[in-house]
Amino acid sequence: MSNNVLYDHPGPRARRRNLILTILFGIGLAALLYYIYVRFDRNDQWAAERWRPFLEADIWIDFLLPGLGNTLRAAFTAMVLSLVFGLVFATARLSDHRWIRWPAGAVVEFFRAVPLLLLIFFIFIGMPFVFRNLEQPGWVPDWLWPNWIYESIPAFWAVVLGLTLYNGSVLAEAFRAGIRAVPLGQSEAAYALGMRKYQVMTLILIPQAARSMLPVIVSQLVVLLKDTALGYIIAYPELLQQTRIINATYGNVLQTVIVVAIIFIVINSLLTWFAHWVERRTQRGGKAPSALTGADEEIATEGTLPVTPHRADVGGGA
Amino acid sequence: MEVFEESRNLQLYIDGFLMILRLTVTSAVLSLVLGTVLATMRVSPIPVLRGFGTAWVNIFRNTPLTLVIIFCSSGLFLNLSISPVNIFNALPGFIGDALSLIGLPTDPQNLIARNFWLGVTGLSAYTSAFVCEAIRAGINTVPVGQAEAARALGLTFLQTLWIVVLPQAGRAVIAPLGSILIALCKNSTIAGVIGVTEAAFAMRTLLNANGDHVLAIFLVFAGTFAAVLIPVGYLFDWLARRLAVKR
Repeated sequence: MSNNVLYDHPGPRARRRNLILTILFGIGLAALLYYIYVRFDRNDQWAAERWRPFLEADIWIDFLLPGLGNTLRAAFTAMVLSLVFGLVFATARLSDHRWIRWPAGAVVEFFRAVPLLLLIFFIFIGMPFVFRNLEQPGWVPDWLWPNWIYESIPAFWAVVLGLTLYNGSVLAEAFRAGIRAVPLGQSEAAYALGMRKYQVMTLILIPQAARSMLPVIVSQLVVLLKDTALGYIIAYPELLQQTRIINATYGNVLQTVIVVAIIFIVINSLLTWFAHWVERRTQRGGKAPSALTGADEEIATEGTLPVTPHRADVGGGA
Repeated sequence: MEVFEESRNLQLYIDGFLMILRLTVTSAVLSLVLGTVLATMRVSPIPVLRGFGTAWVNIFRNTPLTLVIIFCSSGLFLNLSISPVNIFNALPGFIGDALSLIGLPTDPQNLIARNFWLGVTGLSAYTSAFVCEAIRAGINTVPVGQAEAARALGLTFLQTLWIVVLPQAGRAVIAPLGSILIALCKNSTIAGVIGVTEAAFAMRTLLNANGDHVLAIFLVFAGTFAAVLIPVGYLFDWLARRLAVKR
């Protein structure tokens, strides 16, 4: 359904009115852009020496590309770990035993409700204090006792672990919804064939759920990639952190932040486009759209869960 | 718990969460208004408005919030000398008075007020993109016949949207809006980056000063968020089910 369900096909009067509104809004927009231009100008932000570094190779080789590399490294590690975390906890929450189901549910609910920044602060600042008070019990041999726990925690792992706990919990809920969305007849048939519980899960349910979960996983990756920027706060040298260093050298923080924002927007747009592509490819059959805007998205937001009609989970994306 | 028996630490905790509350409520109101306007733009008959809405959503949805907030501080304020709190100089005085009555800092000379409104600007700009998309998706759940009937009655675009479609869409987006509100509350901790003294940075101060009680400190702060946000999530689920349009 195309966009024009909400309004009539414009006749001569509507066309004239739309033209007037277009011009008015255009003038307003132009005024805004001019205001921004003047602000830049007055604060000497158009100065060539503030922008030229981005046209030269040095700044990219020394700062931006390594920063991007660190961002992607943290995002990729956290993605793999949170997929594992998500699968484990989704399965645990679907367990028949309530002493498995309930603690798993508590863990998932807790980590979804706690701000990521709090988790990262605790891992980065708090955990070394916790470890410092641990003593090697007499019965643990020296070679088995991890002495590295007495050292400070690398910012990389603080970011990755925080991202894993949070996004893993969000994914666990997505997986659980995906697995429960597989028709009941599938597992009944599998049980009737004499399969065991883990066989039903690994051979019947997860492969079918995976189809519907793939777009969710990809869009969660966008959230996760954006959240790596929190590493800035604990001085993990990711892309955003590089703005500090570049600013120290070139004194052009505004320009650097804009360039870094463009890099993030390009990467995330590509990922989003990929998610839509995957979604179109994996969609089986047609569901009748009753779209008023022609947008093909379900009601879902950041960290999309296009699964249930109620609470679509929102990643705390930062 | 002995950390919080000291009144100075207790005050840090209370102030931190009061700041989270202020940031969340202010940004929630602003981004709901802005998001609805953006959604109206994105479905409007005028291409320029649609383009503006689309650009806004794509820019803010794909940029990390930390970056948006840092841009507000070092871009808007430090380099372009734009400070949102100065709007209270232009507005009639009673608005500022009313807002400070409910606990918001509105004095343009005040450093805390300056950072607070810079943070609110970033949070609202970012969150409104998600609100816009949620509302637009909600509009999709309204059957086409509703809009057709409204047009057949001779309603204009704005009348069709605001009188017929949005009230029905609103009931379908309660759950997503609830999730956005919860995310906003958690995201407001990031305002600490630009010197707003909120809960996460209060926790960092306490962690650094009380090495023997780190676990207790974390559990108190995280537990406060969980104790509020998990029930809020269920509340929105319940509301969404109760108010769902039965078709």
